[in-house]
Amino acid sequence: MSAPLIEMRGITKSFGAVKANEAVDLAVAPGEILGLLGENGAGKTTLMNVLFGAYAPDAGEILVGGRPVAIHNSADALAAGIGMVHQHFHLAPRLTVLENLLIGIPGKSGRIDRAGGLARLKEIGRQHGLSLDPDLPVSALSVGEQQRLEIIKALFRGAKLLILDEPTAVLAPSEVDGLFAALRSMAAQGLGIIFISHKLNEVRALTHRCVVLRHGKVAGRVDHPAGTTSAEMAKLMCGHEIVPPAKGESTPGASVLTLDGISTSGHAGTTLREVSLFVRSGEILGIAGVSGNGQRALADVISGMLSPDTGTMTIAGKAVAQFSPRELQALGLGRIPEDRMTTGLVTNLPLADSMVLPRIGTEAFSRKGLLNPAAIRAFAEAQIKAYDIRCPGPMVRAGALSGGNLQKALLARELAFDPKVLIVSQPTRGLDIGAARFIHEKFMVMRGKGCGIIVISEDLEEMLMLSDRIAVMYEGRIAGTLFGADATVARLGLMMTGAEGRS
Amino acid sequence: MFRLEARTSTPAWFNLALPLLAIAVALVLCSGLIAIAGAGVIEAYSVMLSASLGDSYAITETLVRAAPMIFTGLAVATAFRAKFWNIGAEGQLLAGAVASCAVGAIPMPGYLAMLLMALVGAAAGAIVALVPATLRVKFKVDDVVSSLLLNSVIYYALMALIEGPWKDTFSGYPISPPIEDSANFPVLIEGTRLHIGVVVALIAAPLIWFLIARTTLGFRIRVTGENPEAARYGGINVQRVLLSTALLSGALAGLAGVGEVGGVHFQVMSDISPGYGYSGIVVAMLARLNPLGVVPAALFLAAVMTGAEAMSRATGVPAFLSDVIQGTALLAMLVALLFTAYRVRRVGASA
Ligand SMILES: Nc1ncnc2c1ncn2[C@@H]1O[C@H](COP(=O)(O)OP(=O)(O)OP(=O)(O)O)[C@@H](O)[C@H]1O
Ligand SMILES: [Mg+2]
Repeated sequence: MSAPLIEMRGITKSFGAVKANEAVDLAVAPGEILGLLGENGAGKTTLMNVLFGAYAPDAGEILVGGRPVAIHNSADALAAGIGMVHQHFHLAPRLTVLENLLIGIPGKSGRIDRAGGLARLKEIGRQHGLSLDPDLPVSALSVGEQQRLEIIKALFRGAKLLILDEPTAVLAPSEVDGLFAALRSMAAQGLGIIFISHKLNEVRALTHRCVVLRHGKVAGRVDHPAGTTSAEMAKLMCGHEIVPPAKGESTPGASVLTLDGISTSGHAGTTLREVSLFVRSGEILGIAGVSGNGQRALADVISGMLSPDTGTMTIAGKAVAQFSPRELQALGLGRIPEDRMTTGLVTNLPLADSMVLPRIGTEAFSRKGLLNPAAIRAFAEAQIKAYDIRCPGPMVRAGALSGGNLQKALLARELAFDPKVLIVSQPTRGLDIGAARFIHEKFMVMRGKGCGIIVISEDLEEMLMLSDRIAVMYEGRIAGTLFGADATVARLGLMMTGAEGRS
Repeated sequence: MFRLEARTSTPAWFNLALPLLAIAVALVLCSGLIAIAGAGVIEAYSVMLSASLGDSYAITETLVRAAPMIFTGLAVATAFRAKFWNIGAEGQLLAGAVASCAVGAIPMPGYLAMLLMALVGAAAGAIVALVPATLRVKFKVDDVVSSLLLNSVIYYALMALIEGPWKDTFSGYPISPPIEDSANFPVLIEGTRLHIGVVVALIAAPLIWFLIARTTLGFRIRVTGENPEAARYGGINVQRVLLSTALLSGALAGLAGVGEVGGVHFQVMSDISPGYGYSGIVVAMLARLNPLGVVPAALFLAAVMTGAEAMSRATGVPAFLSDVIQGTALLAMLVALLFTAYRVRRVGASA
């Protein structure tokens, strides 16, 4: 191995009683793609934030090119050649691509060097196949394009080491291929890359070496990720084997949710065109598709956030009149939103509040407009126990929980009321395999109990493992539905690109 | 070298420590102004203290001044909880004053008059507050701007009223006719101005606290304020919550005006409120939007106001100092709030 580009030695960082990182050593060589693995809360993001200067470590040092450096903020980090693409992007939505690149870069005599910027942008595009229209406002970019802009931004500022914190969590499978090609090209030209992901097949395909964190400490290193099985890596991460949930036999009953000719308009993104589908009790219906083909509108309609222009929906035989969250809930619909943090929970209020939010007006939690704090607390405590939600208690700020625990809390709040139908979007996005397994098991249990479940996901592996039937969305329509052995990655892939349609 | 680091939780004692810190900073900064005005700082502050809290009469005066600011403080705290940015408590107060004055001038049994004054005054404030809330809900008009601008509209409407139809024909002053004597709020202690409205204000604070903390409406207000999208997803009618909050907030501000008409001035004039509506914003921020904290915060501002007048008479420092203290306290509080989100860490001076 050549001399390391950067090296972290003995990094320790605590938040109160929590040791997020403990004596972590890590080095990246030029041209190397290093995978950083670990369960939710293992300390991956914290470690990278230390490297990027967002947190000061309690102990340990950082060496760049063999020399110790002090990194107090992102400017120091950039000066040391370290760039980071956070999971939540830091872009100015109203400014154009080029303007975002030029923010904070002093031009000649106080003026912005537009021509120079354009030239650099073109060069980066040519080198790594990362191109963007410089005059487009960021608000017009897709999530994948915004991520590309963040990467370009880091390169623009001369990064020699690029940190990517779960970059693929927000990408569709086809976009992942593009990202990987760009990352490989950068590595080939001598850049170092640190890549964080919970998807082990991605890690095995892309990285040259891995560091696995567990409870803040280095639990192991993997020198040949491509030659290591996912199961072995999972064991390093969790300390025990992860067994996929058994998919028991289930005989679907009557339809519990039916959509008939649903069309929408007035929704940011793709609208629905004449969508008809059904899910039966005891059945899991997967909705696959490249992101942006109407999945969001479909989830919004089914969960009562968007009223369709035409078409009807029935839940357990009753026609939906209002398409309001409250009405649908009363009819027996359980909902888990795509975005846990912004749609699901109220991060600044106690966890208990988020857990009772959709049913606060019911007898269970209030009477005649007066809250029943004891019942609210008891409910939250019971669910925390039943779902093993790791947190200090029901009164902790919801935002303090890790992604996996938030997802468990949302699942608990819906499943506690035995829904007849459950709609879930991206159920395991950002979750480690242990947490994802837990969620999948719960789905199987609900399926066994006769609940009809609709899972919208971009993760094809998850889709194939969970679903009894898979409907593929393309340009706002259902392009086709596949059953059992018919449902293969290849077939799904064809249908997702609109190359094949069938019902 | 120091740097700010994001914190995930704030200790409970911050709620008390931050306002006290803000007040201390304000008083220290303003002592510079007192010195520039040529007076002794200690002397000036001790005159303020004794004039506002020094004897039982002074205390009743401070309480009388605090009452309207308790109401406007509650009005602002409630609105801000839902992130309805009601900067219009001043106009809502004036509307409440005008409406209750009109009712109080009608001859009828005293208790009925007082009750009607309160109801009509609260309703007037509520209707005024409904304007910016409706504009926001229906047309996405910025509520800060619309509620603020409405203050001037109401103020000049009031002026038009007392310069026109309500003008005192006998003296020719721009003052409304007085309310009926029987409608004057009962005084609790003979020889002071301590009227029943003060007690109502003191009771209102725990009631509003209960409403916010223990009712489903309060729950919906809190959730809507913190995350309207999660609220909507959870089945809360966000627009209705905003409108309800506006009605409640406006009614509270209207009651501030009712108290001033029924208990202090018995009529309406152009300077019936020395900016109690705006002070309500300072009160609510110092109280960290907690209705129970509104009472001590309002008492503090009231003490500064009563004290500043006495200080001005005794030392020649202009009474405007009370406005400066208020403003500085608000700024200091806004800065202090930074510490609820960030902690200051010392880092090694290496570079
Ligand atoms: N600002 C903070 N204040 C307090 N605790 C924190 C803070 N940031 C992280 N933690 C805690 O430190 C631990 C490590 O968190 P971190 O975000 O680094 O995990 P992660 O490995 O990135 O997890 P994930 O896979 O969910 O992103 C967790 O227990 C977390 O709760
Ligand atoms: Mg992380």
